Amino acid sequence: MWLGKTTMPGLLKINSTLRVTEKIIEGLLWLSALITILVTIGIIWVLLSESIGFFKEVSIVEFLTEKEWTPLFANKKFGIMPLVAGTLLTTLIAIAVALPIGLTIAIYLNEYAHARMKQIVKPMLEVLATIPTVVYGFFALTVVTPFLQQFIPGLAGFNALSAGIVMGIMIIPMISSLSEDAISSVPRSLREAAYGMGSTRLQTSFGVMVPAASSGIIVSVILAISRAVGETMIVAVAAGQQPRLTMNPLVPIETITTYIVQVSMGDVPQGSLEYKTIFAAGITLFVFTFALNNLSFWIKKKYQEKYD
Amino acid sequence: MTNSELNRLKDKAFQVFGIFCTFIGLVVLAIFLIDIVVEGAKRLDWDFLTSLPSRRASKAGIMTAWVGTLWILVLTTLIALPLGVAAGVYLEEYGKKGRWANFLEINIANLAGVPSIIYGLLGLEIFVRQMRLGSSLLAGALTLSLLILPIIIVTTREAIKAVPRSIRDGSYALGASKWQTVWNQVLPASFGSILTGIILALSRAVGETAPLIVIGALAYVPFTPSSPLDEFTVLPIQIFNWTSRPQEAFLTNAAAAIIVLLLLTFLLNGIAVYLRNRQQRKVKW
Repeated sequence: MWLGKTTMPGLLKINSTLRVTEKIIEGLLWLSALITILVTIGIIWVLLSESIGFFKEVSIVEFLTEKEWTPLFANKKFGIMPLVAGTLLTTLIAIAVALPIGLTIAIYLNEYAHARMKQIVKPMLEVLATIPTVVYGFFALTVVTPFLQQFIPGLAGFNALSAGIVMGIMIIPMISSLSEDAISSVPRSLREAAYGMGSTRLQTSFGVMVPAASSGIIVSVILAISRAVGETMIVAVAAGQQPRLTMNPLVPIETITTYIVQVSMGDVPQGSLEYKTIFAAGITLFVFTFALNNLSFWIKKKYQEKYD
Repeated sequence: MTNSELNRLKDKAFQVFGIFCTFIGLVVLAIFLIDIVVEGAKRLDWDFLTSLPSRRASKAGIMTAWVGTLWILVLTTLIALPLGVAAGVYLEEYGKKGRWANFLEINIANLAGVPSIIYGLLGLEIFVRQMRLGSSLLAGALTLSLLILPIIIVTTREAIKAVPRSIRDGSYALGASKWQTVWNQVLPASFGSILTGIILALSRAVGETAPLIVIGALAYVPFTPSSPLDEFTVLPIQIFNWTSRPQEAFLTNAAAAIIVLLLLTFLLNGIAVYLRNRQQRKVKW
């Protein structure tokens, strides 16, 4: 008993301060994690609250069906469709470039190339993804457009084609590396069975490996689309600032992202209807990318082939 | 030609196509880089690095731009590093299971997919307007911190996950508390990988243009910022501004500025790759 009287309170004190510190630290760590939720809430709140102000003055029906977008002109029209068309056009071109090349790289590195070559080439391709997008915009405007103008006489100085092609080059590593991961996680036995039946590498790739890895490949494409839809600087530099409801890749267009940049560069008074348009454009963009991202999570979860 | 010969031919053809695709991106990249260096090198000198912006292309420099970029780099590190690592530690070591953890995870994956320009709109409303920071360095750094937070959290979690169970068990067996184990064992063991992730995230932040334009960073700032509450410009914005002007001379300026920006990004990426390789060679659990 006497021992307890002298030492136990001291020990208890050390223990309880330790326990309190532990709790405080855990609380701080929890708060840091909570910030990520606050960011999401913040994004949705900011986009919604400013857009609601916008939709009080412009009806949603006009926003979705009007064929012109001219909020900065005297004759204001608020149809988002030209911006959506511009965004889809550049995205489509980018994917048309990146998907065949990216997927071929993934197959080539997995089925044809030596392991050593794969080791060297993969990081080199990653370099493409590290270059700032404004630099890609510069390339599109000053190198790709003049080059294409030699073959395509009608090509304007600003156009969706160059911007889309360069954006495609930028997202090649995204598709190639995600698809490559998907293909290399297909078990060896499937490949060996195909070879055992006398298939060539090409037949094995497209008959067995690609179908077996299809969910992963689709996920890589969806994420690439989402990335292209939200891409800003390439299109802001090289695709022009003329909202146009067209699928013609040779003329200047404007994407949702470029419009936001265009307004941000000018001096539009805060709180004005013009100012609110960037949030309405922003929420449109957010809805697209949010849907695409969640579609990819869903596919990943639902269709991921399990080979155990 | 027999069927099997035809198949073998197709196989060879695809192999050639594969080599072509693998190198087309790299060849295009090389063309771009050579073009930039040839174009920009004539303009890149000490004066260019130390001059303030100007309306005359031959006099304009990137002093304010690279100083702004360094400010943003330091401030973003100071904000994003502790937050991101702390959140990563929480998710991996503390709140691992249950619906809440699951929700946090999906949320972070979603944030990683939000376009950077949307973060600009968030920063404009919250930091520039509500918190009245104006279009300052601090507002820019806060915005970019939120942008790279998901990347830091994910890499921190992966780094911590790679630390084997036995290290933690050993620490607990010696009587260490949970936080003592994390702080003295888990974090030091995973520090190299965490650092690699953070540097890669920062190289992303350095190249970001759109969110900073949206929060109102200007292309023309006649002085170098001296406090976090000053207005600023950064290299990518300066490049964007010069690229959008019609005069040829400004394009040359843009190319010269791009060389500086690329050197910075490649330097950061180089450090990250070096650290990763060293880490992989050193650690054998």
